[in-house]
Amino acid sequence: MASFTSAVSPARVTARGWGWRHGGRSRAAVAGLDLDLEPGEKVLLLGPSGAGKSTLLHALAGVLGSAEDDDADESGTLLIDGRFPRDARGRAGLVQQDPETQVVLGRVGDDVAFGAENLAVPPAEIWPRVRQALEDVGLGFLPLDHPTHALSGGQKQRLALAGVLAMRPGLVLLDEPTANLDPAGVLEVRDAVIRAVTASGATLLVVEHRVEVWKDSVDRVVVLGAGSDGPSGVVASGVPDAVLESQGEALAAQGVWIPGRVPVLVGARPGAEPASGVPTTLSSDAGVLLEARDLSVSRAAVSRRGLGARKAVPVLSGVDLDLRAGRALSVTGPNGVGKSTLALTLAGLLAPAAGAVVGSSALLSVGEAVPRHPEPYRWRAKELITRIGTVFQEPEHQFVTGSVLDELRFGPRQLGRGEERVDELLQRLRLESLAEANPYTLSGGEKRRLSVATVLAAHPRLLVLDEPTFGQDARTWAELGSLLLELLHDGVSVLSVTHDADFTRALGATELVLGGATGTVFSGSGSAAGAGDASVKGEA
Amino acid sequence: MTEERGVLDPYAAARADQPLLGRANPLSKFGALVIITVALVWSIDWLSAGIAVLCELLILPLAGLNLRLLWNRAWPLVAAAVLGGWSTAVLAPDKGPVIFSFGIWTMGEHSLLLGLGFLLRGLAIALPAVIVMACTEPTDLADALAQLARLPHRFVLGTLAALRLVGLMVEEWQTIGMARRARGVGASGNVLSGLAAKLGQSFGLLVQSIRRASRLAVTMEARGFGAGPRTWARPSRLSAVDAWVMLGAVVIAGLAVGISIAVGAWNLVY
Amino acid sequence: MTTQAIAQRRGWRVVDIVVAALIAVAGGVLFWAWSQGANLITPLTAAYAPLSGLYAGGWMIPAVLGALIIRKPGAAIFCEAVAASGELIMGSQYGLTVLISGLLQGLGAELIFAAFLYRRFNLPTAVLAGAASGLFCGLNDSFLPWGWNIAYDGTAKFLYILFCLISGAVIAGALSWLATRGLARTGALSAFASRKAGAEPAFG
Repeated sequence: MASFTSAVSPARVTARGWGWRHGGRSRAAVAGLDLDLEPGEKVLLLGPSGAGKSTLLHALAGVLGSAEDDDADESGTLLIDGRFPRDARGRAGLVQQDPETQVVLGRVGDDVAFGAENLAVPPAEIWPRVRQALEDVGLGFLPLDHPTHALSGGQKQRLALAGVLAMRPGLVLLDEPTANLDPAGVLEVRDAVIRAVTASGATLLVVEHRVEVWKDSVDRVVVLGAGSDGPSGVVASGVPDAVLESQGEALAAQGVWIPGRVPVLVGARPGAEPASGVPTTLSSDAGVLLEARDLSVSRAAVSRRGLGARKAVPVLSGVDLDLRAGRALSVTGPNGVGKSTLALTLAGLLAPAAGAVVGSSALLSVGEAVPRHPEPYRWRAKELITRIGTVFQEPEHQFVTGSVLDELRFGPRQLGRGEERVDELLQRLRLESLAEANPYTLSGGEKRRLSVATVLAAHPRLLVLDEPTFGQDARTWAELGSLLLELLHDGVSVLSVTHDADFTRALGATELVLGGATGTVFSGSGSAAGAGDASVKGEA
Repeated sequence: MTEERGVLDPYAAARADQPLLGRANPLSKFGALVIITVALVWSIDWLSAGIAVLCELLILPLAGLNLRLLWNRAWPLVAAAVLGGWSTAVLAPDKGPVIFSFGIWTMGEHSLLLGLGFLLRGLAIALPAVIVMACTEPTDLADALAQLARLPHRFVLGTLAALRLVGLMVEEWQTIGMARRARGVGASGNVLSGLAAKLGQSFGLLVQSIRRASRLAVTMEARGFGAGPRTWARPSRLSAVDAWVMLGAVVIAGLAVGISIAVGAWNLVY
Repeated sequence: MTTQAIAQRRGWRVVDIVVAALIAVAGGVLFWAWSQGANLITPLTAAYAPLSGLYAGGWMIPAVLGALIIRKPGAAIFCEAVAASGELIMGSQYGLTVLISGLLQGLGAELIFAAFLYRRFNLPTAVLAGAASGLFCGLNDSFLPWGWNIAYDGTAKFLYILFCLISGAVIAGALSWLATRGLARTGALSAFASRKAGAEPAFG
């Protein structure tokens, strides 16, 4: 077989005063963009949400606008090698952030070949390209008929990249490719991208929040701006270090993650250092709220009555831990080890596969309706929300009404309580201007704030959060952290499943590491470590 | 030569290892299904259906199945067939001596046999579909439909991509259910509120489905899908095996219908 | 409006195809999910089979919902056909004939939308489309050779068709219309002509 190189002819991108307004919207997504990408250049695109970064990438990939969008409005020119992107299909390849929807077909080989097939590449050339692309992203060890659903998030993103590379594009576009991945996956994908793009020589345009991951691998950083009246074109462009120097403050204020800068949480108690130490002053007794005894957890057990729960193989077993008022616990560990399953079981949403989760009398006596059983998963929904509040990873899963205000009122209404706290929450989380809006139409950060607020409206004593800071910009991160610190001070117990070490540190949380090399490990910051708070004896 | 075949069709080696039906082109398997179904559909009688079921069970090994595996996949169909047979027996108009009657249920000798025939016919029609699906990759089916049957490739492949997400959506249904319980939905525990909760959960799933589909559509379009004519990395071809499969279907259909007519058990539906 | 623009409007884009297919898949998942919880269905059906017509409407949701969302010719048939293919792949008690049932049910709804020249997508249209879908379903099951009810007596057949018609109108028709309205308000339909369905009058 002849040797096969990945080299392509890199693309040149030119934008002159380019603007785009989507059909049915009043504000432009992009306006007045002047940009030049040299062939073979690697560029990182930064900017606040609303600056039109995704729109630009979609336009370059040729997927913007179609016959139905006769309402849409384009101004200026955007060209790839002097041609309109729509006419240059295949010159650009796009990878987006959701691993599940980047996969098209059920077998690895088929998925990678998909793009090449669409571009009418001669069949004899397709499979060698597929193999080369898989090699380039580090997935060459997979057999071609390996099922795609059995891949991890990082592997799926790399597979998507391979699918793009098989098209031999001159321009590789990445729209937050690592946003939904754990730290290991982030580096995995970054390395694969750099290796593959360097081998092919293609031009690279990356949009990302995580600047430090890409800073040293790109040639240039371009910052797009957005003001209160819409996007404002390129604000800065240059070598990464220089741009971060000059724009660092402004960017950080807009929520971009600047390397070396962890946002300071407001609301840390006076006298307590924000990034270390366990909350020592508590307004109430450091009582146990929830206990897990020899707990095994498994995904199959959703039924409240526990029917069929015992048949599944538990993903984690032998867990013993206490959740105490005013304390924060972070559950960490690699993907698939059972962190979310554990959290959901503790929250009373999944039945335990074995063992028990038991609410203490302190927890049971909160509120009027006292549940008959001490185990949360047997509680009625009304009894649950006033004691344990759970914030899911995808905020949209928890929206139950048609407006922000109704969402906040929902919990209290279910409990038959007054709605005094609703206005306070609206203000605290800066949602007043959105009170009438449909929850699904909010931005990512606003949805996250809303989902936390709706759970808090019922005053739970224990808060469980599944990946609360995933994909969040620095501003929302800080707000969330500050809010949680306040809650801790009020005696609420906080349990988070998270990959975010900075977050754990900022909350002063004890860390429960699942599935480490030496079995499960319990470690804490400050003196609370090993103070009988938690231990996990082994795992399945 | 193998090298060249490997370049053109990397799954060729894996396919050669499969049992006969696994090697056949999905279109011929589909054709076999049509032949058997069309032949059996015109009569409800235990003989033609029974012979067909017997033949179908005999060819299980050709699809890599055995009775246990088949049961795992097909037991709901058996239950449905039994239920259908029962309903036919008690609700069919009676033409002869009545065996028992209870309210609206009446079963005579004739309708009992009819019910049995219906049960067997239900199995005879459902089983081959299960067998075919058990030895066919959806992607290969899509390839065959688009390349050989000339169905528009955008619709075929778009559907294939969507069907892949069914497992994800089942999981999402459960997640949404938990998420809504965590908000306090379904608080009262009575039937009406349970119904409302399920409706809300269904709506939530629909929203996520449309969002997910929109993202998938962007992915596919960004990889050039639908922009123009395409080539096929996995050529779908017919071969001698396919002729055997069709012949086999004709034999089974012929046996079932022929013997039934000859014995006089054949019973036209109308 | 040039004829080319109109022609492009009627043509199916990739997003139309994928969303329609996924609505059909969602319909299948929802049907499965609802039948999980409805354990009284089997004894009801065993007691008097035509009662199953009362929930048959759930099976036709993809046809009407797909047409209301995509608003292009062929949407009802396509969605129902995809739902039927999904059933076939999962294993259907009807075997291959589930495809024919699906096509016929889709056709029922499609005929109604076509009768209104694909310009009306309000509540009465949706209810009619659901009813037509139900009618075709009932007729298919009662009078075509592979029909599950082919051997029942006249009363049973009549009742079944009636129940199918009603449940089609209510579940497939009215519910789908409500769902489309709600979906439009979430902004999920921004890529379709139905993006304004949130504010459209019910009887306009």
